[in-house]
Amino acid sequence: MSELNQEISQEKSQTVLSPTKSVKLRISRSNPEVNSEERFDEFVIPVEKYTTVLDAILNVKSHLDHSVAVRYSCRQASCGSCGMKINGKPALACFTKVVELNTDTITVEPMDNFPIVRDLAVNFTRMFNNHKKIMPYVVREDSEIKPDTGVKEILQTPEDVDKYIQFSSCIKCGLCNSACPTMAMDTSFVGPQALAQAYRYIADTRDKGKDNRLKIIDDSHGIWRCHFAGSCSQVCPKGVDPAMGIQLLRSYLLGLRD
Amino acid sequence: MEKENKAKEGIKGWINPAKYGKFGIERFAWILMRITGLGLLAYFIGHIYETSHILDGKAVWDASLEMTQTTEGHIFLAIVIGMCVYHTGNGIRLMLGQMGYGLGKPGRPDYPYKPKSLNMKGKACIYATIGVAALAMWYGMAVMFG
Ligand code: SF4
Ligand code: FES
Repeated sequence: MSELNQEISQEKSQTVLSPTKSVKLRISRSNPEVNSEERFDEFVIPVEKYTTVLDAILNVKSHLDHSVAVRYSCRQASCGSCGMKINGKPALACFTKVVELNTDTITVEPMDNFPIVRDLAVNFTRMFNNHKKIMPYVVREDSEIKPDTGVKEILQTPEDVDKYIQFSSCIKCGLCNSACPTMAMDTSFVGPQALAQAYRYIADTRDKGKDNRLKIIDDSHGIWRCHFAGSCSQVCPKGVDPAMGIQLLRSYLLGLRD
Repeated sequence: MEKENKAKEGIKGWINPAKYGKFGIERFAWILMRITGLGLLAYFIGHIYETSHILDGKAVWDASLEMTQTTEGHIFLAIVIGMCVYHTGNGIRLMLGQMGYGLGKPGRPDYPYKPKSLNMKGKACIYATIGVAALAMWYGMAVMFG
């Protein structure tokens, strides 16, 4: 008990947590409201076995520079807020342990292919609009459960669920859109996030919105812009595998599935 | 409203070599597909131009054919062979994927979430296609340089 108390008081007194290891954290700083310049501020941060990149950034905010702009919420890879480029690769800052990066210098930058709000925070408006566009909900007339009308829950077998369950893990973090080479050139492209969600609902046996959704994505900035570079699946932190969803979605449009 | 600063990477997002280490062989296959596609389009246009010389008489036609009988011409043709073979082989892999073959089956994802669509079969196809394209180039060179 006394040991625990000691630890707490040590933390309060801001003692360096782990004198054994520290890393250099380079944070991209920019504010498009003011000018188009980007600079990197460097901080030396103590790290321990389970320190995440988000912890390191918050350490900077708590002790060294409070003005660093970063978006986060759950700190457990659930809310999708903390996506950024970590040493050049899009990843969740709360889901990336510093020691896993095997380097003494960590560079964090805002995700590519999103407008920057400030520093590490980007604007998700376009991604959310594309997400809404594909009707991310089960479409059917009788979706309300009304006991008096005899409408019941719609049963599915485990096999039915397996067809879409992985795609329903999407946390809308935007890492896939950031990694996608088509997004790098075409800002009107609907993007792997929304396309994977289109598949998620089309593959759901309860849904009746397939034809409408296919019409929406069968567009010059829609599904045919994907050329299966696979980078979306490479960076997805939740195992959604958007590239698989997109290819399976195409087989509906090619008439190979119904 | 904030400006659309860095809203897209542009061509940097395609050619930055750092991407290929981080995003795997599938991303490399993708850029190679683009480059060979553009190369073959340029070759196709050049080829139509070259063969149109047939209308200008035998002397002009012979002279234009001579261009491919040089060392540079042979190397150029070997590159065209490589581009053709790679673009065809990788194109077949992509078409099969788009038809839903070789992607694995969707299911409950388990940590560490290895994407099934980027599986060993697909990777092996990419390496094999690059290998066959290199072999075809080598064979073409062997024939052309006698
Ligand atoms: S598909 Fe994956 S990477 Fe893309 S937004 Fe969803 S969770 Fe993030
Ligand atoms: S803070 Fe919620 S996903 Fe990282």
